[in-house]
Amino acid sequence: MAQIKVPVVRNILQANDRLASENRNRFDEAGIFVVNLMSSPGAGKTSLLEKTIDALAARMGIAVIEGDLQSSCDAERIQKKGVQAVQINTDGGCHLDGNMIQIALDSLDLSQVDLLIIENVGNLVCPAEFNLGEHEKITMLSVAEGDDKPIKYPLIFQICSVLLVNKIDLLPYTDCDVAKIRQTSKQLNPAGKVFEISCRTGEGFGPWLSWIEEKVGEHRKIRAGAAVPPQADSH
Amino acid sequence: MHELSIAQSLLDIIVDESKNHRLGHVNLVRLRVGELAAVVSESLRFCFDLVSRDTVASGAIIEIETVAVTARCDKCDFSFEIKDRVFECPRCAEPVFEMVGGRELYVMSIEGETGEEDGADKGAGGS
Repeated sequence: MAQIKVPVVRNILQANDRLASENRNRFDEAGIFVVNLMSSPGAGKTSLLEKTIDALAARMGIAVIEGDLQSSCDAERIQKKGVQAVQINTDGGCHLDGNMIQIALDSLDLSQVDLLIIENVGNLVCPAEFNLGEHEKITMLSVAEGDDKPIKYPLIFQICSVLLVNKIDLLPYTDCDVAKIRQTSKQLNPAGKVFEISCRTGEGFGPWLSWIEEKVGEHRKIRAGAAVPPQADSH
Repeated sequence: MHELSIAQSLLDIIVDESKNHRLGHVNLVRLRVGELAAVVSESLRFCFDLVSRDTVASGAIIEIETVAVTARCDKCDFSFEIKDRVFECPRCAEPVFEMVGGRELYVMSIEGETGEEDGADKGAGGS
């Protein structure tokens, strides 16, 4: 017996990243725009989905994958809107991963879908580390949670394309400073967009919906063959 | 709690590499973890102790090298360490979009004892 050192240099999350990239290929083949929606519990993710579906369902096919520790309450809320929804129960797991999405996709008819929204498990830490194959990550923060969250949970604010600041109708009742949220999230993530919204009143939804429609349009062009997805040369 | 998933993925890699290099037991694992990676070292060690019981890496020590958050400026090409989580070039004050380091989650090396005394004929197939 001898003690030896073996150089390895492997990404610990490589197994998840491989599955996420397989998911991404499926999305691109179908021309679907996919977002991974992340926030703490109660920030308003499911309400955002309901409002977004109400506004856009007549113009595009929408499907939802709901991630929760337990229960199918959220999927039922979404199904009432008449769109496809699959519930993933993580049974205590704090995040979704590439494998869970791969399994959930088998329950969806992707030919009918332009926009797939994956609602991650409510948590500002763990979901940030796991790619699902999405095109864009969306982070949502409600003003009731406080304006210090980008400083306390930097990764999830650093990696998102869009930060949705929700419940702005509650601002008069909180000490939350939205300018501070904008400033600290911009320092972390200069390219990220920030939309201030209220899922309860519908305030501020215009820019959010326009952003989604623009992205869906870009991915439809990929499906129509008018453009080639950037990674299409690998196979 | 996602450290449990990460610990399991880490163990999978260690088991794989120990087979490749015919290690009978792994006693030291060196990791490189970015400062911005959402991983708590103590939690990862705790979870690894749980998942590695009765495996080739049972009792292995996990050494973690922390990597600072670094970025490169698109405008002036200056590479620098991000201070106070402000993604702005200290030289030309432009916002920076390209993070170079700080999100690593890598196994760099494993150390252990070769399993020669068990007889090399035992697992000749390898997979």
